[in-house]
Formats: sequence, C-alpha cells, structure tokens
Amino acid sequence: MSQLLDLFTVGAISAGLFFFLAGTVGLLRFPDTLTRLHALTKADNLGFGLIVIGLLPQSPDLRSALKLIAIWLLVQLASATSSQLIAQFARKGAPAE
Amino acid sequence: MVEFMFVAATILLLLTGLGLARMLWGPAPADRMMAAQLLGTGGGAISLLIATASGIDAIADIALTLALLAAFAAVALSLGEPGTKLPSPDDRP
Repeated sequence: MSQLLDLFTVGAISAGLFFFLAGTVGLLRFPDTLTRLHALTKADNLGFGLIVIGLLPQSPDLRSALKLIAIWLLVQLASATSSQLIAQFARKGAPAE
Repeated sequence: MVEFMFVAATILLLLTGLGLARMLWGPAPADRMMAAQLLGTGGGAISLLIATASGIDAIADIALTLALLAAFAAVALSLGEPGTKLPSPDDRP
C-alpha cells in the first residue's frame, strides 16, 4: 500500500512538473500577450494542483493535508481572479491601431 | 521519496527561473506581471514540496504568503493607469 502511494506521488508530481514546463515554454515562446496569459494561467495551475494531489498521500497527519488543500484553493481563486485582471489590463493598455 | 521531492523542487526552481526571462524581455507591463505570477505559483509549489519533504510544516506558510502576494500584485497592477509607470498628478480627479 505504501509503495502504491509512493508510486502515485511520483506520477502526480512528475505530471505537475510537465505542466509547469509547458507553462514556462508557453510563457517564453508564445507570440502574444493574451496567448502567453492563457499558457501561464492554465498550465501552471494544473501543475500546482497535480503537485498538491501528489503531496497529499505523503502528508504526516490530517491537519497538514487540510492545509495543503486550503493553499490549493487559495491559489486557484487568486490565480483565476488575477488572470482576469491582467487580461483586462492588457486589453486596456494595448495601443490603439 | 524525500530525495525525489527535493529533485522535483530543484527542477521547478529552474523552470520558474527560466520563466523570469519574460520579465526581462517584456514588452508589455502585463507580460512582466505574468512572470511575477509564475514566480508566485512556482514558488508556492516549491515551498509545499520542501515542506512535505523536510517535515517542517511552517514552510507551507511561505506558499500561502507567496500566493497572497501574487494576487495582491495583480490587483495593484490593474488599479494602475495603463501605459504609464506612475500616475501624473494632473490625472487625478
């Protein structure tokens, strides 16, 4: 059982790292501000969620696990809000052509 | 398992550091803010990995702080005037 949980952790954290890699590559390579925002917000939050899911079986007690979930929820809410705000700012600040 | 988590945290640190090149390149202020958001998310994930790997629960609070600071930074950017670094005095109502 413990080995199975370890395997799950390794898989989930590796998938999270892959999505963080995708987000970074998108942020560096995409041609436009809004496409970069798209790459960053989706891929990175998926990676963060996968890493939290992978860490859940390794947490020593229930309190740490609940804290992980609370941090995940805060990051989701904050990132969704801030991505909307940044997108609005980018549209407002674009030069009129 | 502990070693794997530290290796994962190191890889994540490298990826987040690479993303900071966007903060250097710009060109728009929104692009620079996106790199700061990446620092918030990636730094939070690194803190959670290290907190679980080393068993020190207080490091998870760093993740909370980073997430909160990233959110406040985005709100502060959106409250500013677009295209200007500082609001000029005659723009104020």
